[in-house]
Amino acid sequence: MDMAVQKSFTQDVTEAAAAKAVKIAARDVNVHYGDKHALKHVTVDVPDKGVMAFIGPSGCGKSTFLRCINRMNDTIPGCRVSGKIEIDKADIYDPSLDAVQLRARVGMVFQKPNPFPKSVFENVAYGPRIHGLANSKAELEQVVVTSLRRAGLFEEVKDRLADPGTGLSGGQQQRLCIARAIAVDPEVILMDEPCSALDPIATAKIEELMSELTERYTIVIVTHSMQQAARVSQRTAFFHLGNLVEEGPTEVIFNNPKEQRTQDYITGRFG
Amino acid sequence: MAVTALPTMGPRAKPSTSEIVKSGIRRRYAAERRFRLYGILAVLFGLTFLVILFANIIARGYTSFLQSSFRLEVFLDPAVIDPSGAREENTLLMADYGSLAAEALMKALKLDPKSRPDERAATGLLSQNADTEIRNYVLRNPSEIGKSVSLWVLAHANADSVMKNAFDRTVPEARRKVSDRQLALLDRAKAEGILQLRFNTGLFTYGASSQPETAGVGVALVGSFFMMMTVLLLAVPLGVMAAVYLQEFAGRNRLTDLIEVNINNLAAVPSIVFGILGLAIFINLFGLPRSASLVGGLVLALMTLPTVIIATRAAIGAVPPSIREAALGVGASKMQAVTHHVLPLAFPGILTGTIIGVAKALGETAPLLMIGMVAFVVEIPTTPLEPATALPVQIYMWATAAERGFVERTSGATIVLLVFLAVMNLIAVILRRRFERRW
Repeated sequence: MDMAVQKSFTQDVTEAAAAKAVKIAARDVNVHYGDKHALKHVTVDVPDKGVMAFIGPSGCGKSTFLRCINRMNDTIPGCRVSGKIEIDKADIYDPSLDAVQLRARVGMVFQKPNPFPKSVFENVAYGPRIHGLANSKAELEQVVVTSLRRAGLFEEVKDRLADPGTGLSGGQQQRLCIARAIAVDPEVILMDEPCSALDPIATAKIEELMSELTERYTIVIVTHSMQQAARVSQRTAFFHLGNLVEEGPTEVIFNNPKEQRTQDYITGRFG
Repeated sequence: MAVTALPTMGPRAKPSTSEIVKSGIRRRYAAERRFRLYGILAVLFGLTFLVILFANIIARGYTSFLQSSFRLEVFLDPAVIDPSGAREENTLLMADYGSLAAEALMKALKLDPKSRPDERAATGLLSQNADTEIRNYVLRNPSEIGKSVSLWVLAHANADSVMKNAFDRTVPEARRKVSDRQLALLDRAKAEGILQLRFNTGLFTYGASSQPETAGVGVALVGSFFMMMTVLLLAVPLGVMAAVYLQEFAGRNRLTDLIEVNINNLAAVPSIVFGILGLAIFINLFGLPRSASLVGGLVLALMTLPTVIIATRAAIGAVPPSIREAALGVGASKMQAVTHHVLPLAFPGILTGTIIGVAKALGETAPLLMIGMVAFVVEIPTTPLEPATALPVQIYMWATAAERGFVERTSGATIVLLVFLAVMNLIAVILRRRFERRW
């Protein structure tokens, strides 16, 4: 861990997360959109197999940082990323590492459910198919069914695999997107406000699903809902105006934050 | 501001918001009604002119789909056609079929075969192409020589206009193209059913001709077809590829901005300029043949290219970015995201833009004049390198001819062209409906 971060959490040395291996390590990450300095000197560690939440007011850079982890920002014209992000000690911005290869390891679920306008089956099968993960039709079907099961969607759609994915309800669509992401068996799943377009019941299902998925995957979630961060995550990072203000175990951030700004945001004084 | 909550508050002197709104509401609704009325009037105005245009063209042109023919019992006299009996093709080609046609017509009209004035009157009613029709029949069926066969033989354009009641009989005989004797013969032939108006297949199979009854849009149809194929094969792949590259792969810089501005400018360049370009480059520089539909197609493809590029870019731009992100998010490469997701979703838009572009090209005349497609082409071309004309050019050429037969053919060809364009637009709409997907 970075010195500055470590110093502020010395009293939490016994925390569980520290015992876990570090999956993603970001060091001094800066992002510029043209002239705008959107993300400033972010240094943070994401532990393996768990949920880490990024919270903060709109425009604070949390989504920007999330999109650095699978190099989704590469696609935005005028976006420059500097600093270092390592996954399993390998620099993901190393020119020798391909973004396509990286995104097969780091899946992403977006704010608005965005299934392809194809069948439910095709939606989930797309990733394995383009990467050549299944050698036969039977194997592909197996992958699709397993992914849908893990996403908790199989029972609801097993009779409608050939129907368009866009015909499902919002919550089902989002779980379909999760199934699509886990079909390529990634190591990390990034979720960019996955429940902001969903009703409370669908949200509850997704949250439940997240806690099940932590057995296999490392999940990083950006959320506007502090309750959601408190419910699903083991660690939380608070972003404000492009800075990482504070990071630590979720209960510490919510109950006993070090920084005044964190305290103000948590208690609803701004944001 | 909460308006409804405060109806009774405040001093009487100052009217409440709701009162102010109420006093003006009638005026606002009246303005809205006036605005809607203007819109309806504009639509009606346009529709009226459209109806007048169509009614005019159809009223003038529908008769061109019918053509007068004589039903003749032609005796294929071996003594005239093939005295030697060798059935050599050259002999069959050179025979005097005109006399056979005249003889058959005289017989059908029960005229004295020895009477010269009667013969002159009768043969004047036959198309100058009558001998060719009989010859073609004989060449197809040489075994029929020596027999008497029943054939439909085209009547002369003047006889045709009498049949279509477009002939003014009150004009003094000396200034008429049809004599009193011929009028009497025609009336009798019509009454006896020897002369009938039949569907004019020749309109679609004949090429250029100085005789209206044997002039058709056949060459123009084939020429337009070849050009359309050239446009589809060239402009669509080039346009779509260029648009995909510019929209999805090219960076934003001075150069791409310049290209974009130029494409938009090209779409607005007058079509005759493309004709001059085609003349200078394809004919003078590359030495391609004049009047060839390939050159016409190349010119029209150049003209259609900007339209296709602009339509494709708009269609691709309308695909929501979330679909690209979804594909990239599961690890699709940029090209996979484009070919698997963006292009299929943009397909209906690309298709519509393309068909409208091609339809526009199909109706284009000016550039074709520059490359010599205003030609008198009789033979139907079999390859795009042979001389041909195009439908709109054919209309232009007929419009300059004075005979009544050509006047009705001008409108007839216009109807054919309009039907073509309508069918293409209909196909565009149907395909769009079929492939349109929601997301």
